[in-house]
Amino acid sequence: MKLLTCPINGTRPLQEFTWGGEFREMPDPEQATDEEWADYVFNRSGAPGVKKEWWHHTASGVWFIAERDTERDIVLRTYLYTGKMSDD
Amino acid sequence: MTDLSNQQAASNAALEKNRMARQDGEWIDRNQPLHFVFEGKTYSGFVGDTISSAIAASGNLFMGRSFKYHRPRGILSMSNHDINTMMQDDQDPTIRADVVLAQNGMQLRTVNTFGGLKSDRGRYMNCLSRFLPAGFYYKTFHTPKWLFPMWEKMFRTLTGLGKVNFETPRRYTAKRYAFADVLVIGSGPSGLSAALAAAKAGAQVVVVDENVRPGGSLTYDYGGMDESPALLGRLLSEVTACEKIEIWAGTLAAGYYSDNWIALVDDQRMTKMRAKTVVVASGSYEQPCVFRNNDLPGVMMASAAQRLLRRYAVRVGRNFVVLTSNSAGYRAALDMVSGGASVAAIVDMRPEGELSHWHELAAGLGIRILAGHCIYEAIPEPGRYGVSAAVVKRLSSAGEIEQAGGVTFSCDAILMAVGYAPAANLLYQAGTKMRYSHEIEQFVPDLLPESIFACGRVNGVYTLSSRLLDGERAGLEAAQKAGYVVEQKRVDVPAEPSGPTHPYPIISHPKGMNFVDFDEDLHLRDFYVSVQEAFDNIELMKRFTTVGMGPSQGKHSNMNAIRILARLKGKNIDEIGTTTARPFFHPVKLSHLAGKGFTPERLTPMHHRHQELGAVFMDAGNWKRPEYYQIEGLSRIEAIRQEVRSVRTNVGMIDVGTLGKIEIFGPDAVLFIERMYTGLFAKQAVGTTRYALGLDETGVVIDDGVVGRLAQEHFFVTTTTTGSAQIYREMNRWALLWKMNVGIVNATGYMAAMNLAGPKSRAVLAPHCNIDVSDASVPYLALRTCEIGGVSARIMRVGFVGELGYEIHVPSEKGAYVWDLLMQEGQKYGIQPFGVEAQRILRLEKGHIIVSQDTDGLTNPFDAACGWAVKMNKPFFIGQRSLKIAQATERKQVLAGFALAENYRGELPKESHLLIEAGDIAGRITSITDSEALGRVIGLCFVRPDLNEIGRMVQFRLSDGALVPAQIVATPFYDPDGMRQKV
Repeated sequence: MKLLTCPINGTRPLQEFTWGGEFREMPDPEQATDEEWADYVFNRSGAPGVKKEWWHHTASGVWFIAERDTERDIVLRTYLYTGKMSDD
Repeated sequence: MTDLSNQQAASNAALEKNRMARQDGEWIDRNQPLHFVFEGKTYSGFVGDTISSAIAASGNLFMGRSFKYHRPRGILSMSNHDINTMMQDDQDPTIRADVVLAQNGMQLRTVNTFGGLKSDRGRYMNCLSRFLPAGFYYKTFHTPKWLFPMWEKMFRTLTGLGKVNFETPRRYTAKRYAFADVLVIGSGPSGLSAALAAAKAGAQVVVVDENVRPGGSLTYDYGGMDESPALLGRLLSEVTACEKIEIWAGTLAAGYYSDNWIALVDDQRMTKMRAKTVVVASGSYEQPCVFRNNDLPGVMMASAAQRLLRRYAVRVGRNFVVLTSNSAGYRAALDMVSGGASVAAIVDMRPEGELSHWHELAAGLGIRILAGHCIYEAIPEPGRYGVSAAVVKRLSSAGEIEQAGGVTFSCDAILMAVGYAPAANLLYQAGTKMRYSHEIEQFVPDLLPESIFACGRVNGVYTLSSRLLDGERAGLEAAQKAGYVVEQKRVDVPAEPSGPTHPYPIISHPKGMNFVDFDEDLHLRDFYVSVQEAFDNIELMKRFTTVGMGPSQGKHSNMNAIRILARLKGKNIDEIGTTTARPFFHPVKLSHLAGKGFTPERLTPMHHRHQELGAVFMDAGNWKRPEYYQIEGLSRIEAIRQEVRSVRTNVGMIDVGTLGKIEIFGPDAVLFIERMYTGLFAKQAVGTTRYALGLDETGVVIDDGVVGRLAQEHFFVTTTTTGSAQIYREMNRWALLWKMNVGIVNATGYMAAMNLAGPKSRAVLAPHCNIDVSDASVPYLALRTCEIGGVSARIMRVGFVGELGYEIHVPSEKGAYVWDLLMQEGQKYGIQPFGVEAQRILRLEKGHIIVSQDTDGLTNPFDAACGWAVKMNKPFFIGQRSLKIAQATERKQVLAGFALAENYRGELPKESHLLIEAGDIAGRITSITDSEALGRVIGLCFVRPDLNEIGRMVQFRLSDGALVPAQIVATPFYDPDGMRQKV
């Protein structure tokens, strides 16, 4: 069982968390073509590598972002979503 | 037993032929004798003996038959790899005799014989062996096809080991959780040294060892001297004095899982260990040499004989031949001599022989030493149950066997000490990259995961003093990684002068029977066959020959298989690679893995009332809900119909506390709800409710409910029963993403709810409500806060069952009180509680869809005929952009109402029965019911759009293929203008 670090509650076992899918930027619905929109809604990259994902600490209701390297099966970092698309 | 007879028994046990006088450090308790039966014969031993050691003490080394050829077999390793001495009793089909402790009164049999150990009818398989090479069954037993069942039956009988007793009582084993800064796996010299170093740096350390006592090789590898036990004594007294170290002996590290989660298994339970860092000091497996008849009872690993000698005071022979390629073989020879046996010869496969002082020690005892020789074959004793001699031949400088000449040594036991394979299973599982070291002819860790450390033999370090240093180094590194400050003391571990492992301990013989895998009975020729047949990749070879697939999982066969393949292919060992090492390290009993089922259940505050009322419960997500209430003398269907009837004619009440209930507050509340749901809410008046349909981003319907506006910036939203947790979670994420100033509270648990419905519902409610509940005061779709029986409540005029009705929400602790109050008042009007099934019928009569019954993972609102609830001209809602695309696309299917003929009396179609048009599938039923109110069978179905015309005849196919005609009709079926709910 993996461990995951919630930015509010600290490191907890994975069973306390819910995966929320890949973090994606929604294209402007007014501007996006049908193809761009369909790409946003349906297409996900399954290629191994660093993924930016939503995770939810179920017990406390905290949503946060985890950057996870699926190739090495490690979590690089976790942080609260601040609204900026790039948190670097 | 009296003391006297106890002493008598003890002396009997001590008189066993091969049991020696008391040894220092032995693991047996000579004051506690025991007796058990194996294959009809009684054996004596002491508490602390394993089954094998007690049997060996009697002078018998023949303890089992091999898997395929049913050859006599015996002890190989004494370290949990002796698959050919697997035994069974009435309960347990897989008793590993080499490590399972003997108990008084055991009744044991072998696992793989037909008619007992000696008279096993399977032994004739040995004579047929030349016709049974690896892979023979793939080629032989598939034609003719009609004979296959016979072959299959034969193989089912011949293969497999122990017999499972299905009457075995259930055994529950508790699980335990544990934590450590540093987990050390293995308590040999390097493991103990690592534990001491880590503990001195301040870390909390747990040391586990699969053996019943700690010490590893220090408990048996003496070399005829007392240095090892003295060192072990020192280490253990230091460890015992250290409060930060716990030693768990008899505990197997069975598997490594993510983030240092290690399954620790002992006799009683599994412990789930979470360690900050792990030091793997698991040692190595001594490897066999492949030569003809290397499987005879009496041929064994040198370490097996040493274990028997030092731990159990059992001498397995009187006259040994030791085959070796390292100093450990010389030490084993010295041990055997110190145990009172003689050593006829040390056969050293290295051309130069042993260059250390061990050579002088052995030679000094007069042992004949032959360097540059090998054992060509072992000669069985006449009964074939043991060894009588070893045929030794010279090896050329190129390592070829010189056929001419040779010496035959009489002996009753042959010890093999030709090297080791690392016990690296857990390292592999943790993701360690290993490389083959040509210096020591062994795989060693090349790149370790950052919180995993390796030391000792598994790390390629064999010299005893170096193992202690290597352990200290690993222990300090692990403590530092676990967060302890380590004074920067570098521990230098000297490079190994040479490795103990022979690069190719494999001697071919024209007559074969030179075994590589003792579990699966594979001899050298089987590997040649595999390569000839082009199964010449390690993974393919594994599957063709089944090497390493037996119960010991290749611990003594994989390395030799890799060496053989490398030589046959002319490649390096690194190029061949290894097969994957998966959990578990040793087999783990299912009773240790199984746990009690844990399915959380949610009950509403009125649950006990439903029980008293005779409810039959059903599952709705985690909730228990009344499906219907049993009424004496009525069948299920009749009871449900009566519930429906009472709602339609009088009044009924249903517990709807399982609905998701979410409160949304704040300046952005209305904007948030506009974005979450498809309808319009901006202009929704305070004190009203509106239907709410929720989509996902692809435009698929995922939820429906009601949005009630309590105040300008305060909404009360209901969701489907099963969707509440997910909807609440998603609401929070969207609020975060949109940076909205809203507060979202999940009220599902703290609000009870009931729906009072039927023409008499107002009369039931009015006397107990502190506000006027007339249609003028609380009109259809109104939301009011009030008091019912003095309890603060929210009431909503909803009409989803198609009658006058009030959905009443009260604090959960008052739920039962309000329920009782209304039930009591309702007695005057014939109130009846109704369940989910009656509700489903009532809703269906109104044509209301149930999300996820009448919709699926692809259904958008247009498909579900709820386009009316979607306001496409809003600025934004979740799913809107996708719906724009869907709207422009042709529908593949739409939800429509249907009805069977009024006089239809045949078998009722069911949900998911197909709609057939001109022989093709053109839809399916999603809901169906025999409606008493309408006097006919009605339902909802998906139908191809071109067939969706009111009045059109279609047909459904029953399971038996019969077609039932039906007509597409308009919905709602019942009270189409909704007059009854608006009174």
